[in-house]
Amino acid sequence: MTRARNRELLALIPVALLLTAGFAAVFAQDHAKLGNLSLTYGAYFFAVCLATHVYLRIRLPHADPYLFPLMALLTAFGLVMIYRIDESLARDQANWFVFGLVLFALTIQFLRDYEVLERYRYIIATAGILLLLAPRIPGIGEQVNGAYLGVKIGPISFQPSEFAKIAIVIFLASYLRENREVLIVGARRILGVTLPPIKHFGPMLVVWGASMLLLVFIRDLGTSLMFFAAFLALLYVATGRFSFVVIGMILFLLGAWFIVATVPHVHDRVEIWLHPYNEPQENGYQILQSIFAQADGGLFGKGFGQALITVPGTHDTMLPAAQTDTIYSLIVNELGLFGACGLIATYLLITARGFKIALLAGDGFSKLLATGLTAVFAIQAFVIIGGVTRVIPLTGVTLPFVSYGGSSIVANFVLLALLLLISNRARREAEQGVTHSRGDEPLGAAA
Amino acid sequence: MNRQIIKLFAFIVVLFAVLVGFTSWWSVFDAKGLKASKWNQRPLLEQQQIPRGRILAADGSVIAKSFSKGHGAGKRYIRHYPTGTLFGHPIGYSFVQYGQSEFEKSHNAELTGEESEFGTILDQLTGKKQEGEQIVTNLDVHAQEVAMGDLEAAGHGAVVAIEPSTGAVKVMASNPGYDPNSIPHKLSKLNQEKVDTPLLNRATQGRYPPGSTFKVVTAAAGLESGVITPESTIDAPGSIIDEGHELANDYHRDWGSISLDTALTNSVNTWFGQLGQKLGQKKLFTTMEKFGFGSLPPIDLPEEELLASGVYDYETQKLLNRNDPVDLARVAIGQERLLATPLQIAMVAAGVANGGKLMKPQIWNRVVNADGSVTKRLSPAVYSEPVSKKTAEELTTAMEGVVREGTGTNAAIPGVQVAGKTGTAETPGNEACGGGEAENQAWFMGFAPADHPKIAIAASVECTEQFGNDVAAPIFRDVAEAILNGE
Repeated sequence: MTRARNRELLALIPVALLLTAGFAAVFAQDHAKLGNLSLTYGAYFFAVCLATHVYLRIRLPHADPYLFPLMALLTAFGLVMIYRIDESLARDQANWFVFGLVLFALTIQFLRDYEVLERYRYIIATAGILLLLAPRIPGIGEQVNGAYLGVKIGPISFQPSEFAKIAIVIFLASYLRENREVLIVGARRILGVTLPPIKHFGPMLVVWGASMLLLVFIRDLGTSLMFFAAFLALLYVATGRFSFVVIGMILFLLGAWFIVATVPHVHDRVEIWLHPYNEPQENGYQILQSIFAQADGGLFGKGFGQALITVPGTHDTMLPAAQTDTIYSLIVNELGLFGACGLIATYLLITARGFKIALLAGDGFSKLLATGLTAVFAIQAFVIIGGVTRVIPLTGVTLPFVSYGGSSIVANFVLLALLLLISNRARREAEQGVTHSRGDEPLGAAA
Repeated sequence: MNRQIIKLFAFIVVLFAVLVGFTSWWSVFDAKGLKASKWNQRPLLEQQQIPRGRILAADGSVIAKSFSKGHGAGKRYIRHYPTGTLFGHPIGYSFVQYGQSEFEKSHNAELTGEESEFGTILDQLTGKKQEGEQIVTNLDVHAQEVAMGDLEAAGHGAVVAIEPSTGAVKVMASNPGYDPNSIPHKLSKLNQEKVDTPLLNRATQGRYPPGSTFKVVTAAAGLESGVITPESTIDAPGSIIDEGHELANDYHRDWGSISLDTALTNSVNTWFGQLGQKLGQKKLFTTMEKFGFGSLPPIDLPEEELLASGVYDYETQKLLNRNDPVDLARVAIGQERLLATPLQIAMVAAGVANGGKLMKPQIWNRVVNADGSVTKRLSPAVYSEPVSKKTAEELTTAMEGVVREGTGTNAAIPGVQVAGKTGTAETPGNEACGGGEAENQAWFMGFAPADHPKIAIAASVECTEQFGNDVAAPIFRDVAEAILNGE
């Protein structure tokens, strides 16, 4: 349907303008003069988005019209912020953006019938787990700030957890689609608590164990939390049993508590979170600087390019990892509380669109996959923003589409591609009034 | 499943709301506290990059300005004080590594151009860099020079001169002073000088027994409450017994039955001691409080660098209130444990001079932005009305007698009617005086011209052998002349 695509095209225009204006602001700040370079950048960006749009028009005419512009908005936002930190990083990021779009197109091209994913779910799950554990493989693993999140093969380094999250969600969506019925029907009440059947308790324990193992192996509370929360979200949506979520949460908290108490690095992270002023110049430095940077922002921020990232006249860092972990603090500093609210609102809109797709989707797998992808995306944003605002311990998760990092942007474009694939089918069916053969609402689906 | 998806969405909305909540907390609600954290270098480093606004005297001469050092991202501004020691007080200093004091500290927001949030966003849209605004003060360079010169000749002490009708502070001098330019290499040394305490602004933080200058407050309370009229007389013998101790006049002189004019002109202790007893603590304290005793003075200097005047418990260093036991007759003559700053005594003079309306004393006059337009101007504000116009006139008449024929004749200015009051408080055992005979706190407070006052002044000299009329009254005269001639 072309009306949806027209809306998408219309929405892309303000995004391109915003990017142009953002670059113009940074230029004005840096060089005290306005060249037409910002216009050039704006035009490039618009051209790339336009090409993607045309592709979507051909391949996925019915897909949600707002998701791509919203994600382009985040990317534009990130590009301007990163450009403001370091021009060469922004160039890398722009390249990753284009590469991400290529992979986005390829995903759409080859996964039109995305339910084939269900067939390979165990392979996908295994790949996901391997990806997660890869940073601990000697020789290719990379340790950053005590957490194992990176992999370096030759000149290429990437964060496998970004791709693993998609793999795990695909597996969970498929597994739960198949087993949700037994999980519900087989549940029994013991001491007033609804427990899943023992037989299926096993797989859940496996997921729980995996996320605990993650915590121990990669030592990153944020990543572990992100995976487990996505699992609980899916479990809840699949079974409608809130008690399962509560049990899961208790299990996670118990496990996390035990690991926090025993694994020194994770323990440190939690200590810093609770008492940042204990070591204000050492371990607590990053979180304190992150918060100080926000305090400087106020309601409207200091303006693009105004934040202090290094001590003037030196190369001493004032805001560690400004282009990745603490980019949100930089945004609060320069654009203020209102700018930050705008950013959070954008994530919320994406989440809303994502869940809308899940609501419209006809079959269980599509529903669960859309829910899972959206949830993991939203939770990732929560984990890193929550980290730099001291809601939870700070961890090395990226802010989707905004943080500097190829893996993050590429993986999230794949995630977007999957969502649009689901959306395209769901909306087409809704329009044509198709009663789907794989329907499983209400209960009763079996593939 | 749709119901669960909607609930899940609601849950994520809650999560994001928490993020907005925390961000608001750090960026807005707790921002002030975070900026004050000693681990937070940002405010200092950022201020260093802002061309801080100049501070000017009333005549436009520059008291403080900033010059730039370095280039590009390393560019920063450093403070310079062309007038050196002259305005070390009350202007203070501002250096990133050494902090800020006095006027530089209390007016930091304007000097760094910290506008309202809306002003900031407008500047951002127009691409304007934050730039400090300059402040024109009420300070009178010539009169300040006279005050500093006289004080340097007389000893440690302070002078405060206020325009009664507006509260404009024209002089605030404190000796010994310091050169703010020397702060970066001398701060710790200056801090170690425990006797000279050059960093202490004696005008606002020097607490001295006000002695007989306080009799004006006692008289004000008597007239205002109706306990006395200008005509009523009190018998003033050579001495009275108060709380078991003798309270005597100079040379034990018995003045017989006299009225306010005679009593004030000759500073008769037994007269005012008895007036204090007649008034009672409540009435006396009420008038005191209206003149500003018991609270920090409403001046535009940092609160932590101000001291309240009043009756102090020496051990706890706490102010006593109207219900605490005090020796009222001795409070009434400015002794007991009563301590006042020169600023407070100048406020008493200014309140009487302005027909009973005490204006808030203010050092700043107007804020001028980088374009040269005035963004804010001092609008004189009434702090309190301690006495009626009638009482003020009656007090003025009595104070004129002091200068014409009484204890304060050295304050007289040829061709100008002067109203004033001397004070000489004995401060036995004052460690700051370093022992010896020189243990008087000498005062003069007053205003001129008496019929339409242009200036109210308090001058105070520590640790002197001399009386108020000998050492403080001439300072008053010189400073008053400098201001009146300058107009």
